[in-house]
Amino acid sequence: MKNLLFAGLAILLSCLMATAQEVRQEVRQGPAIQAVLQEHQALIAKSSRKTIAPAIDAIANSGLEQAQTVLQVWAEKKMWMRKSDLQFFIGAPTENGLIELTDFDGGAVLGALPKAEVKQLKPNSGVRALIATALVRFQLSDPDPARRQDALTSLQRDPDATLLAPLRASIPAEPDAGLKAQKQRLERLMTIGYDSDTQARIAAISDMSGGLGVDLRATLNPLVATTRNVVAGTFPAARPETANVAAVLTPGQDGFSQAQAYELLVAKGLAPPRITQADIRAALTANIKDEQVAGFAVTELDNDATRQQAYSVLANSGAVSPFVTDDQVAAALQSHVFFDSFADPSPKVTTAAVAALRNIDAKVSLNQAVDLTLDALSLASIYFLAAIGLAITFGVMGVINMAHGEFIMMGAYTGYVVQQIIPDHTLSIIVAIPAAFAVTFAAGVAMERLVIRWLYARPLETLLATFGISIALQQLAKNIFGTQARPLTSPGWLDGAWALNDVVSISYIRIAIFCLALIFLGIFLYIMKRTRLGLETRAVTQNPNMAASMGINPGWVNMLTFGLGSGIAGVAGVAIGLFAKVTSELGSDYIVQSFMTVVVGGVGNIWGTLAGAAMVGFLQKGIEWLNPSNTLAAQTYMIVFIIIFIQFRPRGIIALKGRAAGD
Amino acid sequence: MQHSFISKNPSVLVFLAILALFTLSVTLLSEGLGLGLISTSFVKTLGKTLCLCLIAVAMDLVWGFTGILSLGHFAFFGLGGYMIGMWLMYERTRLIVVQSLSQSEIPPTQSEVVDAIGNQIFGVVGSSEFPLVWIFADSLVLQLALVLLVPGILALVFGWLAFRSRVTGVYLSILTQAMTLALALYLFQNDSGLRGNNGLSGLQNLPGVSASQDAVSLWFLWASALALGLGYLLSAWIVSGKFGSAIRGIRDNEARVRFLGYSVVSYKLAIFTLTACIAAIAGALYYPQAGIINPAEMAPIASIYLAVLVAIGGRGRLYGAVIGAALVSLLSTWFTGGQAPDISLGFYTIKWVDWWLVLLGLSFVAVTLFAPKGIGGLVDYWTNRQTPDRHGADLGPDDGALREQEALK
Repeated sequence: MKNLLFAGLAILLSCLMATAQEVRQEVRQGPAIQAVLQEHQALIAKSSRKTIAPAIDAIANSGLEQAQTVLQVWAEKKMWMRKSDLQFFIGAPTENGLIELTDFDGGAVLGALPKAEVKQLKPNSGVRALIATALVRFQLSDPDPARRQDALTSLQRDPDATLLAPLRASIPAEPDAGLKAQKQRLERLMTIGYDSDTQARIAAISDMSGGLGVDLRATLNPLVATTRNVVAGTFPAARPETANVAAVLTPGQDGFSQAQAYELLVAKGLAPPRITQADIRAALTANIKDEQVAGFAVTELDNDATRQQAYSVLANSGAVSPFVTDDQVAAALQSHVFFDSFADPSPKVTTAAVAALRNIDAKVSLNQAVDLTLDALSLASIYFLAAIGLAITFGVMGVINMAHGEFIMMGAYTGYVVQQIIPDHTLSIIVAIPAAFAVTFAAGVAMERLVIRWLYARPLETLLATFGISIALQQLAKNIFGTQARPLTSPGWLDGAWALNDVVSISYIRIAIFCLALIFLGIFLYIMKRTRLGLETRAVTQNPNMAASMGINPGWVNMLTFGLGSGIAGVAGVAIGLFAKVTSELGSDYIVQSFMTVVVGGVGNIWGTLAGAAMVGFLQKGIEWLNPSNTLAAQTYMIVFIIIFIQFRPRGIIALKGRAAGD
Repeated sequence: MQHSFISKNPSVLVFLAILALFTLSVTLLSEGLGLGLISTSFVKTLGKTLCLCLIAVAMDLVWGFTGILSLGHFAFFGLGGYMIGMWLMYERTRLIVVQSLSQSEIPPTQSEVVDAIGNQIFGVVGSSEFPLVWIFADSLVLQLALVLLVPGILALVFGWLAFRSRVTGVYLSILTQAMTLALALYLFQNDSGLRGNNGLSGLQNLPGVSASQDAVSLWFLWASALALGLGYLLSAWIVSGKFGSAIRGIRDNEARVRFLGYSVVSYKLAIFTLTACIAAIAGALYYPQAGIINPAEMAPIASIYLAVLVAIGGRGRLYGAVIGAALVSLLSTWFTGGQAPDISLGFYTIKWVDWWLVLLGLSFVAVTLFAPKGIGGLVDYWTNRQTPDRHGADLGPDDGALREQEALK
């Protein structure tokens, strides 16, 4: 048994020796990528982000076919070094724990070595990033379109001046039209940023001028970024020659104050700093001797005038640096030239870039206006959706329902519960909409029967009673569902946004809400104008007694109308829950705005509600645009505006006239 | 024949007597001066309840007597609290800052003190500059004047805008609610100058007073009782005279009063502004006892609770408002404080902390439906006062018209 084992080992050993000799022979006759690797052997073996660059460049610029393979293998941590002669190979672990080596040059399999005789190269993430950049040039002309796309994406994210030439070279042979367009665009952008020829850059800028892409602005903006600088002398004699001057500044003008100018001088070490109150304080504190500073008692130093006198005495004695007087400051400002300089040294390029950016800015602001309009439209449709139920109960019936917001909340929670039962998001939304309608319709009918019908003649009491219900419902929801927000997930096909260009985009969910608002408007108009219920509702609203004598049951009609309004609130709740968090306070967030929408629009008229929602939505977005950091302020100003608006049109935008107006 | 005010309003004397008795007994039982049977925190709760009673009286004046359902009076309450809170916070911080700066080698200058105060107060909102609204914060007298002036002027301007364009009924309610919401949202911003949603805190410590909270809580109880007594007296005097008749007329039929030649706008404006000032005084006494004020206190819901208090107590009678405010706020403290025993139903345990609001909401609905006079209506049973039975069909076109059964009598 022992003998057999020894014999096996001996055979194996002799085999290994034989293959090793073969390897050496092959290396000698193969092409030179191994030579390139050997030239930078030490760097590659101990790769570090700081030192590896020459090695990678050498491989990438070797012009050999194998270079791409080497880089890929290296990045994938499959490159191994044979310890005996420090040469590099592709290594793959075999089943019996050995490492099978393959030559880069020629691709010959050289046989397996035990792990102890080889070393795996494990480049860290910094090195791998550098390798990836180097690989881009090969990938740009890779036969696999996905690889080419990846390379383009990485190049777009992180452009590199050295890759401009390989990119250009890869364009004519690009078979895919889409990729070709992308490559051409990227080539233009990189020309702007990195080309050595000024004329080419200017040509590229004028080619691209007028585009809206974020990438274009990201290319142009760094070129025209300015830094503030200063040189000694007077203008124009001391005009700085080396820098690409954007503007010469006069201290005290154009938002460049004298204080700022002097600070710049101090920061550049061209002038002594001014003595601040804090400096005085520190200097005085440092010079206290026997409860006295420069002849002043410490207790006297509780005002600025005495402190300055004491400091002057100290300064005269040479203990501290003297005050910088206003005259000295003025003289220092006089004797220096302040200017902004562009980051890019070429004036022609920056002039072209500034002109292009101005052109782009005009287009961008136009598109932003479009985007803002879309935003406002979607906000308006949300308000309309929240208010349309109120337009029925409050607008048509004149019943003020403070629990309307809680019906919206109930609808949203119904959607949440349905989603717990039916996991499929699309199906659950389809089920949730009628379910929410049914739940809130029932709640509305119950509330009308139990509470509101006793209070038709007393609107203020209706307000209070429904408010009581609102408190109870809110707390009930809190007791059942807890205080944390519940998710109501929208179906996958509503994710994402419809992007017109880099500036104008609108999410699908907002489009869906807009459509839903339109559908509801249609339903409302149909019911009110075309159905028996609508006719009876209008009759009962105008004169219940007369309607009753015509054979209409006012109680029944009121109940159904109120139920309808509440049901619509429930459906609105599902829609609102899709983009807002479902909490017990969901409704109260919308209730004041909803009432505002109805009141501003004009009670009793659906077109008024539409106009009101549009006004409130556009107004809010407009104010937010003026003061983008502060949505709270936007809401505040909007409400103040509405209060003032009601002064001038107490009956709303579209006021009913004649008998229909009621009083 | 001239009747004196007291003889026409015996209930005022009864009320003042009960209030005095209540204050006296709380004082005797408190920890500060008496037997120590009532804890200091409960004395504070009672003091705060008195302030709520005062604003409820104001609410009753404007709603129960004038028919304006204002959902904005808690905003005035909060503003009053903010105004006094600014002085309390400024002065207390000043004392602390002066104390700490006196440790340094060089005595501080005036501007250094102010800067340090600004740093202390506005550090939480990432600023150190005093906003313009704090310009009078160093003067107690001016800030006390602002307690009345700021809510008063706001009420005057808002009321003038609203009443002039004849916004009435539920529209006015919604408008006042919107005003409250706007104010609360404004104060929630950090750059509103009133520390955003942090609000003003540490108000329970009176600057320069070394007495313990046991004593301070009693002082505030007395002040609140005094304010409630005076406010009640003033309100009773207003509603018992010609002015009172005019505002009740406005409540019952505004158009008719206008056609009789009264300036409805002036009457409404006067009562709206006056009640705003009363509310502000109540707030200025309430928040030093609460210790903290933030914009959430002024959310629209608070003003609606105020309407709930008054409606449950009974509108149109001043003592009703007081009863409602005292009862509901004390019950609310009891239930939400976790002192009420849980009710076990076997399958579910009713925890009152969770269910109190449901109970309040539903009882509010019940009061509106079945007892429009509120708890105060019980007094009518007691004194055998009958109101005309107005059931029966309308004779005229309007809801307020004479009813069938009245006409037949």
